[in-house]
Amino acid sequence: METTDLIFRIVLIVVIFAISLVVAMYSTYAERKVAAFFQDRIGPNRAGPWGILQPLADGGKMFLKEEIIPTNATGFLFIVGPSLAILTACIGSAVIPWGSAIAIGGHTFDLQVTDINVGVLYIFGVVSLGVYGIMIGGWASNNKYSLLGAIRAASQNISYEISMGLSIIALLMLTGTLSLKEIAEQQHGFAWNVWRQPLGFILFLVCAFAETNRSPFDLPECETELVGGYHTEYSSMKLGFYLFAEYINMFISSAVMATLYWGGYNYPGMDWVAAHVGPTIGPLIGVVVLFGKIFFSIFFFMWVRWTIPRFRYDQLMDLGWKILIPLAIANIVLTGVISTLLK
Amino acid sequence: MESLSNKRKALEVKPLNFLERAYLPAIVGGLSTTMKHFFKKPVTISYPEEKREFSENFRGMHSLKRDEDGKERCTACGLCALSCPAEAITMTAAERQKGEEHLYREEKYAAVYEINMLRCIFCGLCEEACPKEAIYLDGDIVPSDYLRKDFIYGKDKLVEAPLNQ
Repeated sequence: METTDLIFRIVLIVVIFAISLVVAMYSTYAERKVAAFFQDRIGPNRAGPWGILQPLADGGKMFLKEEIIPTNATGFLFIVGPSLAILTACIGSAVIPWGSAIAIGGHTFDLQVTDINVGVLYIFGVVSLGVYGIMIGGWASNNKYSLLGAIRAASQNISYEISMGLSIIALLMLTGTLSLKEIAEQQHGFAWNVWRQPLGFILFLVCAFAETNRSPFDLPECETELVGGYHTEYSSMKLGFYLFAEYINMFISSAVMATLYWGGYNYPGMDWVAAHVGPTIGPLIGVVVLFGKIFFSIFFFMWVRWTIPRFRYDQLMDLGWKILIPLAIANIVLTGVISTLLK
Repeated sequence: MESLSNKRKALEVKPLNFLERAYLPAIVGGLSTTMKHFFKKPVTISYPEEKREFSENFRGMHSLKRDEDGKERCTACGLCALSCPAEAITMTAAERQKGEEHLYREEKYAAVYEINMLRCIFCGLCEEACPKEAIYLDGDIVPSDYLRKDFIYGKDKLVEAPLNQ
């Protein structure tokens, strides 16, 4: 690897890490604002103009809160839990193609940290690791509510991972590759996968909601029954890590969804634009388009949260096992039959 | 059993059809409802900066009135304290000295006049009882404070500002 390439890689890693943290930080602010607008309120507006310093104030508060580790908690695992949660949330962004190859001063760089040929599998691996953070945290708290919340989270994530994987298989039958970069390139222009896989997309979307523990699948932390779920015993920045991990997960799953189904950095008329603005600005516009898609998707996550009430536990399992999995399998069969007939 | 009132309605419970069971149309309906609210004007009143308009007969903080010459109207008759159902009002009367005619209207005046705002129920009976039209509940909301003793308002807070100032 050349030195310039290496330097660019390192810069890219730092930038993506910073961006995902900032996006997660401002998602907390956006969530409160969006919730307020949906409920005819104003939302946080005291810290700075329109309250834009609110996340900083929240973060400062989190750091200054007293660090409490319950007497009966398993000390080491109690700290490992939130660390693992935020770690697995952060490493998912490594394989996402943020833009097409960009030309800077005679060199061409990929706007992707690493293009491994099993990118989709990597994402799935990271997502299923995420449940360990919750499970370990809930177990180490030595508290009934935490444990119940953790068990709920674990069974929910495992159930919905299956239908998520099955819904992706139908997509992979069409793309023929597991590399996220190639999948993004195949959707050049307006040939987005969502037009070819509408049912698969809906299945993936529902599973993404369940995987990120977002409403209406937020049973692991439902306040009404389980106090706070798996993070009942957590305080200070350890709690902050759990909450932060949820928002980073939301960001990453939005990015994955945009890449797999909504064309990633592709947009109609991109060739015309690229021909007119040159090989440096063109890919950057693609990056902006990708972020637009991601932000809309995050907004959609919030929109759904403030619309739909939480599932009951048996309904959740019914939906996962009796509806989504059969639908996903039917989707695979349908995709296979149609793509064979059209060949 | 036969209904006597003739108001009974037979409800028809239909099984859900496919679209209803699929939930998605209902979810889309719900999303559009919330989206309508997204663009509505918020109903919030940002309190310290803007205030809700009071009704015309709103009863707020008391004020002790002056007459047209700027003299205090209160003669410390004690009728307001007597009428007060919450025992919030107390006062000490004093005789007007020579040279104080421009301050007090009658020969007797209230040297001390205290209202305990934590006891007051803002019923307005003191207003009704006053024969001299000296007390009115025409002020603002009583502001919050930290100590109980600070809610006992004396003449410094209750008496109207002098006219020619």
